[in-house]
Amino acid sequence: MQDFIQHIINGLNLGSIYALIALGYTMVYGILQMINFAHSDVYMVGAFAAYYSAKWLKIENQPGPGNLFILVLIAMVVCSLLGVAIERFAYRPLRKAPKLNILITAIGVSLFLEYAGQIIFGAEPKVFPEILNNDYLFEFAGLPIKTFDVTVLAVSVFAMLILNYLILYTKIGRAMRAVSSNANVAAMMGVNVDRIISFTFVVGSSLAAIGSVLVGMKYPKIEPLMGMMIGLKAFVAAVLGGIGSLPGAVLGALLMGLSEEMVVAYFSSTYRDALAFGLLIVILLFKPAGLMGKSTVEKV
Amino acid sequence: MFNAFKTPIISALALLAVGVGFYFGVNAYVQLTLLYVFINLLMAMSLNLVNGYTGQFSLGHAGFMAVGAYTSAYLVQQVPSFTGFALWFFLLFSIAAGGLLSAIFGFLVGQPSLRLKGDYLAIVTLGFGEIIRVALVNMDFLGGPRGIASIPSYPALNFGIFEMPSFLSTYLAASFWVLLCFFVIWRLVRSSRGKSFLSVREDEIAAEAMGVDTTATKVRAFVISSFFAGIAGGLMAHVVSYISPSTFTFLKSVDSVIMVVLGGMGSLTGSIVAAVFITTMPELLRGLQEFTGVDLRMVIYSLSLIFVMILRPKGLFGGTEAIDLWRKYVKPSS
Repeated sequence: MQDFIQHIINGLNLGSIYALIALGYTMVYGILQMINFAHSDVYMVGAFAAYYSAKWLKIENQPGPGNLFILVLIAMVVCSLLGVAIERFAYRPLRKAPKLNILITAIGVSLFLEYAGQIIFGAEPKVFPEILNNDYLFEFAGLPIKTFDVTVLAVSVFAMLILNYLILYTKIGRAMRAVSSNANVAAMMGVNVDRIISFTFVVGSSLAAIGSVLVGMKYPKIEPLMGMMIGLKAFVAAVLGGIGSLPGAVLGALLMGLSEEMVVAYFSSTYRDALAFGLLIVILLFKPAGLMGKSTVEKV
Repeated sequence: MFNAFKTPIISALALLAVGVGFYFGVNAYVQLTLLYVFINLLMAMSLNLVNGYTGQFSLGHAGFMAVGAYTSAYLVQQVPSFTGFALWFFLLFSIAAGGLLSAIFGFLVGQPSLRLKGDYLAIVTLGFGEIIRVALVNMDFLGGPRGIASIPSYPALNFGIFEMPSFLSTYLAASFWVLLCFFVIWRLVRSSRGKSFLSVREDEIAAEAMGVDTTATKVRAFVISSFFAGIAGGLMAHVVSYISPSTFTFLKSVDSVIMVVLGGMGSLTGSIVAAVFITTMPELLRGLQEFTGVDLRMVIYSLSLIFVMILRPKGLFGGTEAIDLWRKYVKPSS
């Protein structure tokens, strides 16, 4: 039983990290109807931004919440800039192009970031600096609960609450929703669509940056290809929940994190990567719009 | 000039001449590169049927390649005593078997997933590729993560009066498959049944209104495409003599996509040019690597992919074939 609760906690942790990344996929998809394949590599760049700034600020051996905050902030800024640059230079020229071209461009950007990363950062894995001590906090159902678990959960929940507020209760959030439901009409109503799209990339990339620092803290090994698998899984989580829907992405990600943890714990760890795609195929076959997505009717 | 090559026999003879020329003219390293070109040709041309002509987006071509490669390698291991002509003909059979199994997989994957559109299809096929790879890692009788080593390669053939060396016998088999693939796809997309592939690409709703069963058409294209991807895999297993799950990663699928996109979606000759270019480029760029000290090849690839998409959205050849360009620019009178 204790094992089971421990697996639930691990699953929730993993799930909330997936959720942070999945939100970026789902927001961009909601607004541009494209899979931003490069999102997972923006996430990778976030981890390296935190790694190098920790070295540069000489705080790599001084764990503390303040330093965690600084690193998260730096990673968010770097990722936002990168996200906006990708949108501006790679996706915007193709706004009116066929979807296939945009998808291929996104794959191109993703490959470019991965290989440029291998050249710039080096292909060998690096050890992420200790930015927080993993202390014993309190006991829950006979289990010691440590700082990392609490931090990951708290930070991601906090980020999602802010996102929720931003989307639902601010002017720019309303503009985002307007663009996602119909970009042309939104433009007629005076919404600057290009700016909203850039802002969407800022928000999505920032969330990925938060995720990357949390992953770096919890699993302290970073490499240029670290985004590949986690990005695919986060995307699968977004599709699982119904792509374009924010609560759906979080739900899908949590489901994904929990089921992955359970497969590793009770079945076999070698199948953990196959699980995500198996789950995806089953979901798409029976509920193509995802768990919380709206199925659309095609009109001629 | 190009019209003559539309006859399979003449293209076969031309290819054979190229092969003999390569055998006498260049060293083993270039010969091996030529064989890689043929494998990539099969991958690019078959993927073009799905991505180019039918307008669907498959990102799991490496998965089908893996099925073909493992099937053929496994079958050949069952008959260790075969040599010479027996082995050569058995390889023909085993690679075809790999292609067939791969086509069956294509049917199983395509039937449900081709109802999905665009991006979803890309993700499902990508997922299929990954599942195949993970499954192979977990299959002990296929070597698990270590893969299969020392797969028999094509034997030298003894014709009595002269002995055909191993390179030429490999080349013979490779050209056979490449020609088969080329002419099947070339003639298919020009047949009335093949026109339905194009109609699905151009406008799915209109195609459906005209009585084209769109899902069945897509599945048909997918099955043929995965058959030839399996052939490419089988060929690779016997050319390289070593396969492992890590040979058939997502990047392998991306490689084929790059070739199709670069050459032009819906242009077989474009795929050929792109496959030759993409395969020989890394070899030619080895000099650059010594010069800069780092491996810039993949960076150049990915950048060229982005630029081609932005500047020439239909690829280098667009939807036209080399023969059309020939008629238009070189020999307008005929």
